[in-house]
Amino acid sequence: MVAATAPIEAVRERHVWEVLESVPDPEIPVLSVVDLGIVRHVRWIAGSDGQSKLHVGITPTYSGCPAIEVIRHSVAAALNEEGYPGAVIDEVLSPPWTSDWLTDAGRRKLESFGIAPPQRVVSNPRHLFRAHVVVCPRCGSGATERVSEFGSTPCKAHYRCTACLEPFDYFKCL
Amino acid sequence: MSTVTAAQPDRDVLFRYMLRLGDTSLVLGQRLAEWVGHSPALEEDLGLANLSLDLVGQARLLLTYAGEIEGKGRDEDALAFLRDAPEFVNLTLAEQPNGDFGRTVVRQVLLDAWQLELYEGLLQSSDARLAGIAAKAIKETRYHFRFSSGWLVRLGDGTDESHRRVQDALNDLWRFTTEMFVADEVDTALIAAGVAPDLATLQPRWSARIDEVLQEATLVRPAPVAYLWHGKRGVHTEHLGHMLAEMQHLQRTYPGAQW
Repeated sequence: MVAATAPIEAVRERHVWEVLESVPDPEIPVLSVVDLGIVRHVRWIAGSDGQSKLHVGITPTYSGCPAIEVIRHSVAAALNEEGYPGAVIDEVLSPPWTSDWLTDAGRRKLESFGIAPPQRVVSNPRHLFRAHVVVCPRCGSGATERVSEFGSTPCKAHYRCTACLEPFDYFKCL
Repeated sequence: MSTVTAAQPDRDVLFRYMLRLGDTSLVLGQRLAEWVGHSPALEEDLGLANLSLDLVGQARLLLTYAGEIEGKGRDEDALAFLRDAPEFVNLTLAEQPNGDFGRTVVRQVLLDAWQLELYEGLLQSSDARLAGIAAKAIKETRYHFRFSSGWLVRLGDGTDESHRRVQDALNDLWRFTTEMFVADEVDTALIAAGVAPDLATLQPRWSARIDEVLQEATLVRPAPVAYLWHGKRGVHTEHLGHMLAEMQHLQRTYPGAQW
């Protein structure tokens, strides 16, 4: 019943967020761009022709992440399909994305997908240098070791569980 | 363009400064990309490729901004692929050939430590867009330094062979580090405008960071070398031209080719 009284803008905005929740990250398709925390804003701004245009702000995870181009295209395509043609995708750089932006739902999805979620908040850069326990997403053991700081994508490190012996990806704290 | 307080720097000076930062990241990123498929182990192959990707990404942000400041319609691709060596203004150290893995690690430690201090300083830049790029880049650079310094310690404090190789590389590459801290008219103007951090304050921090790693790696810091290279003024060693010939080959042969 809220919807009936809510201003039309709020309804449209909520719908756009729902559409965005259906757009997967190309490298980790179990996560949507909303789960990943890279959608910064959804708003309508009047253009030079006086027509109000939908703007969606996206921030890159890593400066060189090649997925950002694919994400821009898939966001625009999904919006077009859902009745928002010509949406403008703004690139937002500040404040920079950190793994703290990952939503709780996103963390749970990562774990069920076999990728260990980032272990703690990284608002303090010193945390990057402190050893922390990464829990194996398969057997839950804390007896894991880092194989490589860098993994299959910029956002992941490569780990191995010494309890169940499975290798796995760890979504790095950034 | 972002608003700048204090003395408004000349547009051309600002353009050249952004180019220097962007070119250093781009050239170093391209050098690291040359390791893909050739690294000593798969993990290091992935590691160097990841570093390369971050650096090229940083270069895109910086060169895009440089192109906008210049205002002649050149985008990041035009700046990366359609300039010749004398128009590149990267630090000379970045263009030095990879050599063996140890030499690459030494070059990386010296430049990672430099970028860490530089980006830290740029967080306070009066140019908000540049400060934003630095805030993004510094988080990646911390990982780079952890990777490169970790390897320098393993190689330096490793076997006689690995120790000798990284010490030789350090002795050889050290002469290119002086350039980082010698301010010319571009640096001086932007330091005065609050856009760039004071190079004089970066040097002791860089030095302390490097000394800490060298000590743990049981390596000897080479004696200071006064000789200056001038990559940031477009005067390069012969290596850059060869590197660009490969990097720019496609765009030079098929101008405007799209992915």
